[in-house]
Amino acid sequence: MSADPQAACELPPNVGQDRPPILELRNVSKRFPGVLANDDVSASVAPGEVLALLGENGAGKSTLMNVAYGLLSASAGEIVVDGNSVQIRAPRDAIRLGIGMVHQHFMLVEPLTVTENIVLGMEPTNSWGLIDRAVARKRVVEISAKYGLKVDPDSRVMDLSVGMQQRVEILKALYRDARILILDEPTAVLTPQEVHELFQIVRELVSQGLAVVIITHKLDEVMAFADRILVMRAGRVVGETTPEECSEQSLARMMVGRDVVLKIDKGPAKIGEVVLDVSDLVVLDDRKLPALKGVSFAVHGGEVLGIAGVSGNGQRELVEAITGLRRPSGGTVSLKGRDITHDDARRTIAAGVSHVPEDRHRRGLVLEFDLVENVALGDQRREPFSKHGILNRSALDTEARARIKDYDVRTPNEHVAASNLSGGNQQKLVLARELGRNPELLVASQPTRGLDVGAIEFVHRRIIAERDSGKAVLLVSMELEEVMSLSDRILVMYEGRVVAEFEGGQVTEEELGLFMTGGGRTPTEPSRASEEDTGA
Amino acid sequence: MPEQMADTPPNRAASTVDEKQFALEQERFQRGVRMATPFISVAIAVLVGSLVILASGKDPVAAFSAMFFGAFGGARQIGETLLRATPLVFTGLAVAYGFRSGLFNIGAEGQLFLGGLAAAFMGVALGGLSWMLSVPLILLSAMIAGAAWAFIPALMKAKLGAHEVITTMMFTYIGRYLVSWIVTGPFKAEGAIPQSPMIPASSQLPRISDVFTFIQPNRAHFGILIGVVAAIVVWWILKYTVLGYEARAVGFNPTAAETGGISVAATTIKSLCISGALAGLAGATEVMGVHYRLFDQFSSGFGFTGIAVALLAKNNPLGVVAAAILFGSLSAGAGTMQLEAGVSQKVISIIQGTIIFLVGAETIVSWAVSRVRRARGGADV
Repeated sequence: MSADPQAACELPPNVGQDRPPILELRNVSKRFPGVLANDDVSASVAPGEVLALLGENGAGKSTLMNVAYGLLSASAGEIVVDGNSVQIRAPRDAIRLGIGMVHQHFMLVEPLTVTENIVLGMEPTNSWGLIDRAVARKRVVEISAKYGLKVDPDSRVMDLSVGMQQRVEILKALYRDARILILDEPTAVLTPQEVHELFQIVRELVSQGLAVVIITHKLDEVMAFADRILVMRAGRVVGETTPEECSEQSLARMMVGRDVVLKIDKGPAKIGEVVLDVSDLVVLDDRKLPALKGVSFAVHGGEVLGIAGVSGNGQRELVEAITGLRRPSGGTVSLKGRDITHDDARRTIAAGVSHVPEDRHRRGLVLEFDLVENVALGDQRREPFSKHGILNRSALDTEARARIKDYDVRTPNEHVAASNLSGGNQQKLVLARELGRNPELLVASQPTRGLDVGAIEFVHRRIIAERDSGKAVLLVSMELEEVMSLSDRILVMYEGRVVAEFEGGQVTEEELGLFMTGGGRTPTEPSRASEEDTGA
Repeated sequence: MPEQMADTPPNRAASTVDEKQFALEQERFQRGVRMATPFISVAIAVLVGSLVILASGKDPVAAFSAMFFGAFGGARQIGETLLRATPLVFTGLAVAYGFRSGLFNIGAEGQLFLGGLAAAFMGVALGGLSWMLSVPLILLSAMIAGAAWAFIPALMKAKLGAHEVITTMMFTYIGRYLVSWIVTGPFKAEGAIPQSPMIPASSQLPRISDVFTFIQPNRAHFGILIGVVAAIVVWWILKYTVLGYEARAVGFNPTAAETGGISVAATTIKSLCISGALAGLAGATEVMGVHYRLFDQFSSGFGFTGIAVALLAKNNPLGVVAAAILFGSLSAGAGTMQLEAGVSQKVISIIQGTIIFLVGAETIVSWAVSRVRRARGGADV
């Protein structure tokens, strides 16, 4: 490329800041064994401002904020709060200075109430030294009214939706008088409606003088509500800009360092025969409650069928039932006309079902195994990998090397432990194994969760390539954009049922979001109350 | 949560070179820690032992050189070390195989007793046969007996989820008292002492120095060679067979193993039975090579020391042989140390305990190493 891709976006630092910064990180470096996670990074945020820290996974954004919050100590650099240089050794120092952080995984005690969670560790006490619940509740109600964060102070956290739990986390920080709020990937777990509400809350917070830092890799969100954007790549700040000055495309280029295909290009589907036929499937969850209450659908060769839904509406059980990991209690699953309802995982794999699990660390890989042994997993009993129970190590090595090359797994050699690869490369390794065995059906569950833009692009292209070669793909994802851009047909799951079906490209995110949360029902459909299982 | 995550490196997705470099450095670092831990542990343990000896007013150098002489000073001493290492090779392998498949077979002692029982019984029963037939048959039956003793806990684990630490331990008591009863009753030799009849020469494992007479006489018997072979076989199973591959997959990550079509229940049963079979061999070689009969005190806790051996060896089958010889030498040299340097044999227990503590706490070593590296890394920014 002739022109510098970043030139269009680059602005002098501190643009748009008319107030002095409340938090400044000056020339921060953070070194891990073998890695420079932050390399001379400077950033600042002012009251009344939303700063978006944008970058791929591993770009160093979370590391930087963990330094600011005292979870990590910087190898070099300075932290300045209100113009004074400060030492932040632990989160309690950060809290004292008015810095609050909401992590991607919430730190809540589920059986306790909202109020109890918020005051935990800083409980108001009465003259007897006991917790003064009335004062605690009053404080919580006050704060939640002040910032428009509606939440019932008396309900148990375990009964709240994810979006509500996130509010509790924000309230926790506000209760501790946070003036700077750091949100780490706050929208990863939210529905589109909840994302919208979160942004309203953030707007309210900054209008009352807070400074908000949002760590994210989602371009559209950054464009929608950041005041200022700091783009990080490979531990360095590579650009600073505002939404007005930039486009999604130029941001993506800055983030990745090259041009990125944001929308996957795919031709029209060449629909073949039915590959997977699921009929009236009933599956119980771990607590023996029905998670799937009679689900029927078919996936054809040459087609991507997307399943949209809020996490926990039966998607996991559906995937496990199809892949032989969970025994259905009713209904049938058949693959190319063969009944595989009661096949275990080994037979399901042998029948031609490949599975990219949602949790690659727990299900997808044996992290302690090297790449060769991970590639073998699932095929270890088949020739040429083994014969008469004895592994053919040289065949394994050869196959692993070929697949590593095919799937662009970046690794020094095939004998390092899978745990030492980056997330994107780990997922490529899973794909190398699952697609490399040439399946009839690919069941991909959250295949790009936690991956960076480059790796997402890779995974998407591979999924489309499967479809184009006539294979059937069942895609389960919480990312609506992913479902919408990849799927030829979309099913929406809600409370263990398929509540809507759309042709790909003929539905908006909002429509899907409505069905995902139990709305959008047409009057002809049966009402939910009559079907509610009483066993719950 | 955040506190724990605090110092783990983040995923890196920077440039390709950087990414590969990172993976390689991590790999080398982890391998280095894994390899270094046993050696560092032993060194520190010797140091701790020295301090204790010093505190009791004795000379640690004299004590350790006496111990070293007692363990390796000549053919007789080396023989004694190997004799004591022999059962530990088998129990160490037993525990290590269990650990590799995610099972803590704390009951190797019980399986050892059953193996000893089978060996004594078959040894007597096969009296008329040539040793070429009877020795393999006895070893095989001891393996079956040990495996059978592990099978019930294995089944309970696989089908009911009963934890093997509890069940194999309980089966140890049952096994020991079963042997106690058998040698006082149904399988008691003539005379007042509760012990089994002696096994005939054709059922015994001869002393190495009796066969290879150019070696000065010592008590080491062919069990140690069988142990080395067993270690090689176990190493081969783990690395080159589907059985071992699946065992390790289940040991590292049962969920991923299950997803890959491996039956966790079946693998658990197989692994614990193999572990039991190896422990059974320990009992057999003690009966066939040392005592030539069975009595209720024929094992001085070899099954439990095997846990320490496996830990020190980091569950590596070949490392088990080395660790067993180390523990054997401590036990063989202790007497000489007490006699010549006047240091109590109990120091050995302190050293053993320290080794186990440090090996078990590998995180301490890796933490210390990474601390040093970080200090260095931080300084040159």
